[in-house]
Amino acid sequence: MLNFVDTVADAVAGIRDGSTVMIGGFGNAGQPFELIDALMDCGATDLTVVNNNAGQGDQGLALLIKEGRVKKMICSFPRQSDSWHFDAKYKAGEIELELVPQGNLAERIRAAGAGIGGFFTPTGYGTMLAEGKETRIIDGRGQVFETPIHADVALIKALKADGKGNLVYRKTARNFGPIMAAAAKHTIVQVSEVVPTGGLDPETVVTPGIYVNKIVKVA
Amino acid sequence: MGAQTNSQAGSRASLQTSNKALGRDDLARLVARDIKPGSFVNLGIGQPTLVSNYLTADQDITLHTENGMLGMGPEAQGDEIDGDLINAGKIPVTELPGASYFHHADSFAIMRGGHLDICVLGAFQVSATGDLANWHTGAPGAIPAVGGAMDLATGAKDVFVMMTLLTREGASKIVETCTYPLTGVGCVTRVYTDKAVFLTGPDGVQVRETFGCTLEELQELVPVPLTAAPAVAP
Repeated sequence: MLNFVDTVADAVAGIRDGSTVMIGGFGNAGQPFELIDALMDCGATDLTVVNNNAGQGDQGLALLIKEGRVKKMICSFPRQSDSWHFDAKYKAGEIELELVPQGNLAERIRAAGAGIGGFFTPTGYGTMLAEGKETRIIDGRGQVFETPIHADVALIKALKADGKGNLVYRKTARNFGPIMAAAAKHTIVQVSEVVPTGGLDPETVVTPGIYVNKIVKVA
Repeated sequence: MGAQTNSQAGSRASLQTSNKALGRDDLARLVARDIKPGSFVNLGIGQPTLVSNYLTADQDITLHTENGMLGMGPEAQGDEIDGDLINAGKIPVTELPGASYFHHADSFAIMRGGHLDICVLGAFQVSATGDLANWHTGAPGAIPAVGGAMDLATGAKDVFVMMTLLTREGASKIVETCTYPLTGVGCVTRVYTDKAVFLTGPDGVQVRETFGCTLEELQELVPVPLTAAPAVAP
């Protein structure tokens, strides 16, 4: 069921405490700042957040972490020069971290969207990030079993949507958007422009509207 | 016996290609020169990024950035800066004609599926058998961050490491066994350092060339057995 809503507050209404929330973006590119701000305002807490990073500077995901709304981060690269809010929470033992190699993060999200129960990959074999995981030798290489990452909600940013919820993105801001849209039960998208149905060339659609539940235009 | 000694002496003499240690830019120039024309390459964050300054148009190299692009151009300047067009180090970059964009799972399939010819990475340590440690010092309280390092290390056809041979304290970063947490097992094929180029693999560590030192002097610094690499036909 696809809904176009007028405000980011309407878009995030219904996100419950304890939800697993995927947030698109790599660094600031593709990060849906307005939706994250709305998530902050709506008060949902005790969240598990899936993102490549763990917030930068004093905006977006970093503020959500600062305010103690995130109980667990699933990410590949939390430590950055400006990740001070995550750093403080982590050092205080107030946030849990599941550190995942970036390719495993992407593929585990993709697997969830594709109905795959898990996969073996050489990435991480023989390292501390594979400790406690099932391994096999496949085609002569050590491989590690990785499971899908599902989410209740995905918050992503795209460039344009049409009336059917089909999405196109812009340059490297695409990053996690398409796979998170497929992996979450409920996908909320902020776009810069909504065009009429038929206004996107079907050959160029990146995320088909079947994966999208709510769209809000953000100026 | 005598002939073998002469041949070894000959190859050792020819190993030294510079009478002084290489600086970062000289090393980047050397790595760039060694990348085969037409290759698809990922340059890691930090020192490896310098390699792009020395790739020539004739080489026709396509650069991959793991946040979802092939055909990455130089760092963006002035009006070119676009927050939606960044590299894995989150630095604004440009796109070259023929560039393509794709989502993160496709981007990592490019690495993990063995499609990249070469990745160039920095390292804390490389072992005699090509194990790589470059993501975590393991220090208590350090916040771990891995990014795409493990995917690059296990996925690219060739993994080149660029680093200084010695730590600030003078310890060799080429070691018998890595003491830092591993990024990948047996994945490194070449190590470019300020003092020598090493080839790592099942045959142990071979030295292709040295800079400002002889093989014997190099062996004094490195705690694993070194042999001269067979001369490559010109």
